Amino acid sequence: MNSRFGRAWLAFGYAFLYIPIATLIVFSFNESRMVTLWGGFSTRWYHEIVHDTELIDAFVTSLKIALMTATASVVLGTMAAFALVRYRSFFGRAAFIAHINAPLVVPEVITGLSLLLFFVACEKAFGIFSERGIVTIWIGHTSICTCYAAVVIQSRLLSMDKSLEEAAMDLGCRPFQVFLLVTLPLIAQSLVAAWLLTFTISLDDVVTSSFLNGPGVSTLPIVIFARARLGLNPTVNAVATLSVAVVAIGVLAGSLWMARNERRRAEERAAAYREALTPA
Amino acid sequence: MNAPRVLHGWGRRIVIGVPFLFLVLFFSVPFLVVFRISVSESVGVRFQELLTWADGAITLRLKFSNYLFLASDPVYVLTYLSSIGFASLNTVICLVIGYPFAYFMARSPAAWRPALLMLVSLPFWTSYLLRVYAWKGLLDDDGIVNNLLLWLHLIDAPIRMMHTPFSMMVGMVYTYLPFMILPVYANLVKMDLRLLEAAADLGSTPLATFWRVTVPLSTPGIIAGSMLVLIPSVGEYVIPELLGGPSTLMIGRVLWDEFFRNVDWSMASAVAVSMVVLILIPLAVFNHYQTRGVGRGSGA
Repeated sequence: MNSRFGRAWLAFGYAFLYIPIATLIVFSFNESRMVTLWGGFSTRWYHEIVHDTELIDAFVTSLKIALMTATASVVLGTMAAFALVRYRSFFGRAAFIAHINAPLVVPEVITGLSLLLFFVACEKAFGIFSERGIVTIWIGHTSICTCYAAVVIQSRLLSMDKSLEEAAMDLGCRPFQVFLLVTLPLIAQSLVAAWLLTFTISLDDVVTSSFLNGPGVSTLPIVIFARARLGLNPTVNAVATLSVAVVAIGVLAGSLWMARNERRRAEERAAAYREALTPA
Repeated sequence: MNAPRVLHGWGRRIVIGVPFLFLVLFFSVPFLVVFRISVSESVGVRFQELLTWADGAITLRLKFSNYLFLASDPVYVLTYLSSIGFASLNTVICLVIGYPFAYFMARSPAAWRPALLMLVSLPFWTSYLLRVYAWKGLLDDDGIVNNLLLWLHLIDAPIRMMHTPFSMMVGMVYTYLPFMILPVYANLVKMDLRLLEAAADLGSTPLATFWRVTVPLSTPGIIAGSMLVLIPSVGEYVIPELLGGPSTLMIGRVLWDEFFRNVDWSMASAVAVSMVVLILIPLAVFNHYQTRGVGRGSGA
């Protein structure tokens, strides 16, 4: 197929993906309260969100939940990935696989509803989970995010060279030492990737959180969703621009860091070869 | 030594047991609670026990009236059908736009590919809620698109796009397009290009090669992408709520309204259970195709 047509198709595709984000950013610097009519450049909405306590409180809550969710999901996800990759047969393995995959396809309205009804049932039966808020949202997010983390870490474990672990064992390492000293550094990058992925999923979630929050506890997406439902709101544009900026900086820093690591590894390898080739 | 020694005994039990127990407790058990509530008599948010012990006899009380109501009420039936309809339409549009997109990405110079790939996955890292909200500003009656068209004198009065099936579909395609592009790209980029050369050597035109070699070889990517778009879009709630209107019936929204607006917990539970059944159908079809594909691959 001819390349001019191909380039045009790609250009339209990327325009479709990025124009909405660009308009969000442009109109966050709009003086007018009308989000869609340009009234001159201004940073007033940024001043406004800095003093918006509802927004700031919600952001702090979201951040707490996302930190707790990402950490718990990576720990549970690592265990689950190990169970799937290293233990080829155990009682209930098929059920285990189903439990890792199901939360990825079940709509969030169902996950949210069922967890809330479960918490209500627990409250009636045992008197626990009577107060809904950060902890219940955290549990909800973790039950979804563990599965994402498991999938990411599992693919790294599958492609990993097992002979390094075997060598460590032959040299007398105990299984747990092997895990800490050999396996963990080897899969570290996938753990970071899984942590970041689950962190963003949790930070972005609105449906599950809406079911599991309690009175007075709102996450940032819940507040944004409430404002977006009522109509266009310039403070939402300002929040969007800040989040895009953070993501852009994060991605840039991440790729620079990875490029530097790669270069250093290549240099080390070259140095090792030189040493090996130099006659003593 | 072939198999690496791994943790045994308690270590093994912990590695398998902890995540398993967590998911059973906070994923499966809650769903059983939903099922139980969907078949129990309810007065507002109170439910009767399913099993009662009275006069030395166990009574099992199951109520299927919620399900009978679901099946007999045309609104619910219509909503189910329209959810499947919108989700299928979304899948088809994503495929029509996404397949050529992935194809041109995969056939672009190898040095560009990592950057092109990153540009497709980058929106994933920004908030999905905010990206859907962005379309509100674009498609509103006095939104950016209408203002632009008016300014260019292409139209005299704003076109009504917001709160229509059109605005909802734009939002759905926009959100799910990367889910189609990525698996199709992954499949196309590792395709053996010598097969295409062989087809050309045997006298096939480029277009015939595309339809008779490239597309059939990329079927696994197409199926994976279609499932990733179809299944979550059936239960979509945020997009219909923000961009949809009264005519865009979606089952996720009905569940939400039953629960939050009508406070009918047992009805919401019945909707949830039937929604899971609805999702199991495409999944079963997917599994069927996947196993058939494996069979064909090993037979060749």
